[in-house]
Amino acid sequence: MAEYKWPPMEQRKLMGKRIARLDGPMKSSGRAKYPSDMNQPGLLFAVLLTSPHAHAKVKSIDVAPAKAIKGVTAVRVISGPGTEIQWAGTEVAAVSAVTEEIARDAAKAIVVEYEVLTHLVKEENLAKVGPRAKAAGEQITGDPDKAFQDSEAKISGDYGIPVITHCCLEPHGSVVAWGNDKIDFWPSTQAVSTVGGDLAKLLELPATQVKVDCQYMGGGFGSKFPADRWGAEAARLSKESGGRPVKLFLDRATELTIAGVRPSHFAKIKVAGKKDGTMTGWQSESWASGGIGGGGMAPLPYVFTNIPNRRMNHTQVSLNAGPARAWRAPNHPQASFLTCSAISDFAAEIGMDPYDVFLKNLDLTLRADTYRKQLVKGAELIDWKKKFQLGSAKTGNIRRGLGIGIATWGGAGHASKCRLTIHPDGTVEVEIGSQDIGTATRTCITQVAAETLGLPMSAVKVKLGNNSYPPSGPSGGSTTIGGVSSSTRKAAVNALEKLLEKVAPGMGVPPDQLEANDSRIVAKGNPNKAMSWKQACQKMGPTAISEMGENEPRSAAREGLNTQGASGIQMAEVEVDMETGVVRIVEVVAVQDCGLVVNPRTAESQVAGALIMSVCSALMEERIMDQTTGRVLNADMEFYKLAGLPDVGKLTVHMDITKEHDSRGIIGLGEPCAIGGVAAIANAAANALGVRVPMVPLTPERVLAALANRRNA
Amino acid sequence: MVNFEYANPTTVKEALSLLTAGAEILAGGTDLLSLIKDDVHQPKRLVNIKGIKTLGGISKIGNNFRIGPTVTLDELASNPLIRGAFPALVQASLGITSPQIRNMGTVGGDLCQRPRCWYFRTGNGLLAKGLVENGENKYHAIFGTGAAHFVSASSLGPALMALGATLKIASPDGKTKDVPVSQFFKAPSAEGEREIALAANEIVTDILIPTPPTKNATYEVRHRQAVDWPLATASVSLRMSGSKVAAASITMGHVGPTPVRATEAEKMLIGQTITVDSAEKAGAMAVMGAKPLSQNAYKMQLAKVAVKRALLTAAGVKTV
Ligand SMILES: Cc1cc2nc3c(=O)[nH]c(=O)nc-3n(C[C@H](O)[C@H](O)[C@H](O)COP(=O)(O)OP(=O)(O)OC[C@H]3O[C@@H](n4cnc5c(N)ncnc54)[C@H](O)[C@@H]3O)c2cc1C
Repeated sequence: MAEYKWPPMEQRKLMGKRIARLDGPMKSSGRAKYPSDMNQPGLLFAVLLTSPHAHAKVKSIDVAPAKAIKGVTAVRVISGPGTEIQWAGTEVAAVSAVTEEIARDAAKAIVVEYEVLTHLVKEENLAKVGPRAKAAGEQITGDPDKAFQDSEAKISGDYGIPVITHCCLEPHGSVVAWGNDKIDFWPSTQAVSTVGGDLAKLLELPATQVKVDCQYMGGGFGSKFPADRWGAEAARLSKESGGRPVKLFLDRATELTIAGVRPSHFAKIKVAGKKDGTMTGWQSESWASGGIGGGGMAPLPYVFTNIPNRRMNHTQVSLNAGPARAWRAPNHPQASFLTCSAISDFAAEIGMDPYDVFLKNLDLTLRADTYRKQLVKGAELIDWKKKFQLGSAKTGNIRRGLGIGIATWGGAGHASKCRLTIHPDGTVEVEIGSQDIGTATRTCITQVAAETLGLPMSAVKVKLGNNSYPPSGPSGGSTTIGGVSSSTRKAAVNALEKLLEKVAPGMGVPPDQLEANDSRIVAKGNPNKAMSWKQACQKMGPTAISEMGENEPRSAAREGLNTQGASGIQMAEVEVDMETGVVRIVEVVAVQDCGLVVNPRTAESQVAGALIMSVCSALMEERIMDQTTGRVLNADMEFYKLAGLPDVGKLTVHMDITKEHDSRGIIGLGEPCAIGGVAAIANAAANALGVRVPMVPLTPERVLAALANRRNA
Repeated sequence: MVNFEYANPTTVKEALSLLTAGAEILAGGTDLLSLIKDDVHQPKRLVNIKGIKTLGGISKIGNNFRIGPTVTLDELASNPLIRGAFPALVQASLGITSPQIRNMGTVGGDLCQRPRCWYFRTGNGLLAKGLVENGENKYHAIFGTGAAHFVSASSLGPALMALGATLKIASPDGKTKDVPVSQFFKAPSAEGEREIALAANEIVTDILIPTPPTKNATYEVRHRQAVDWPLATASVSLRMSGSKVAAASITMGHVGPTPVRATEAEKMLIGQTITVDSAEKAGAMAVMGAKPLSQNAYKMQLAKVAVKRALLTAAGVKTV
């Protein structure tokens, strides 16, 4: 049985090293071709006609005027007469044409008659949602009533975090060509190995016919797994246009309206405890919406799951608004925000530093030790103890504050297969049906393969992004790094073993006494007995060595290459202008563990990206619905506000790399680091202001309202 | 998007002759092109005025500073004459924090751009009757009692108004007229009326700012530091007599369908020195006539602070 386990930390030459992203130059010079760059010869452009109504029945649809326009190659009805539309932006028809302008004109020429029905698009005020509310039932542990009765201190607070979208810079869409015996599909996807099958299913074709390629993609954050209705329609338009390639990418407004949202979450939370900071009781009445299907249920209380006495009630609200999709750590950022806000308010109530209250209650979490160390590290990085001051003690027009957010995540590797080929000329290639969604997956796979074979990075060619390669799971749930690193490791070990078998006789050393090191095959313990990698490969004869490696989630934990259970804490320092309510970031600090860190540099970059997303969500990001028209009012990048560079502040990322974490194997990182930031920033603002702003994003109007409420109280 | 003709005149006269019904002036295009793409405007012809040399340039002519309408926001903010005399204008243009827009957008275009009201921009008309009052109005006007609730989008408008600037406008009949900036912006009372005193076939040819230069400044309250619209601005211009204010001009931006003059506050300041107290008092007076909508009362506070801080900035006193 081959030995797959990771080389000891101190012996690694490439893994664990700060290696720059291999495709950085391709991306920054514009040579990287994204699916939206796949402008094939004879390309047609497709445009969707979408519903202006949030809730309506299609009565009739007349596509003749569109068909009559010169340059239109196909028109398809997506929502035919009788279809009930449940959110504005729903796809009603699609048109392909020789130019984008003609396609737009043609889509506009289609005449649709609707029977407009009543809609609901807002859930912030639960009292106003009527029958759209569906209670999810009560959960009780211990005796919350008694805990609150007996408590030395308690708080009750209202908290809210609105629906936000994914706002992918490369919108959803694809280029697709329906050929004679195959469909070429270039989707912007997080799921290279599964999206082809998904498209085939929608088109009722055998999965073997769909060829998928996606080398680069411009952001998905959990929203780009399926082939989607628009992918299937693009394929059908191609078929009806004689197989010419069709490009259908959502425009920005449609992207922000229908391509996925993160559900909102609102809650009234009560915390009971002792004056020394110990929490004894929790009650939450929460509600959320992720569109027509309701959706969104944050795990409360978050991380501090063992508060002894708890009562939780949750209500789902169904809205006529674009549906939810996984958004970087589904439900966790909301849960962290709600829980950490309530805990911080409890700390403020008893006049304690929240840092001490978090520390005090760590036994209520499942990983007290790790969190303790991380909190201590974070406090050191942000200089917490020197800077912290209770909100009530602050003065002046410009005030600073500190806050904490906390995170937990799984992150075990997904199912992944990898083929590693060593050619007789010594070159190495890795084929894997995975994807690099901007996380440096290519780079990390190269590191693992090169490390295992004792070669430099440049000797290994990694091929991914194509479904002709061995299948690997979708990049969701922070499962990719564990999955692909493990399958690559195994494929490399297996291939190397074959190579060693070939060269062993000539070297007069048993194969298990040989190792690959510094581009050589060397006898263990006898560095003079060696052969260069190239010479060794010549011994294999004309046929390449090609071996598979597989990560199987059920047995992975036992093998120890990857595991799950990431913890992280984040701390923020903000500055508020008491007169304008403008909140600015001074610094956000993240301390994050994810087991064995393959590449600290790209890992830090991943965390920094998550911090920026947290800044967006804490300070500015929010989908704004109009109840009268039922539409998204800010389906653009002007009023759907994201942070720009001057808004981000200082980002400090500390990867919690220790022998202890390393020994657990690889754990995913993409999601755990995107959880605690909103809470940290919101809490920092509450500390600075001396009052809780119940709802994020912390816009000037909300901040000023909170200050005014306190004055009036 | 409707197809249109494109014309490239080299003189104002030629441009005027091309501005027939359905034609529109194109300067930097940063606003007009998005209006066309969103189907809010459907011009039949675009008349590019950037090729008309006489419409560019910044100079001092007699008692006036002259700014050509095709001067870009970036040229304006980096021009030594302007930097020396009119920090209010420099600060207003730098508030448009996108270098791309500052490089393309022009002074004339900034004054003539359409409001950003999200109901207007999605095809519900400039007044969007009923929608604003009952809907999402946190970015809308807190001044103005009429039917118009959008806010005038121009950041330069309030600054030029505070500086007492005048626009020279050329008409197709060969005549020119001088319109003070204070009369250029209008609050329409019916759908279809424009928010500026400019006919579709007229061209703004000169922006004239009188001397003597004064102490002046603009302060903008914005949510996002990266490119974002102001939530409220104030531009002030002070003529001093020693340490006392001899004359004050205060205009608030992004709080009404036109820039809003704070006349009571102006009067109050005469004879005063600018201190935190007097500036704060002026701010409070400036918003006394505000009538906020359901979601935007907070803008009163922002306008108040903008006035206070603009005054302090102009007087060289620390703002916070
Ligand atoms: C994201 C974003 C943020 C922005 N933020 C701000 C901001 O904070 N403050 C601010 O003030 N602006 C802001 N702007 C608007 C920007 O300043 C304007 O788009 C720009 O100044 C318009 O100039 P332009 O030359 O591109 O005008 P164009 O788009 O070419 O024209 C705009 C309008 O003016 C008319 N016009 C242009 N020149 C003349 C003339 N000489 N005579 C008569 N009519 C003329 C055109 O016919 C058209 O109707 C922002 C824009 C964007 C996209």
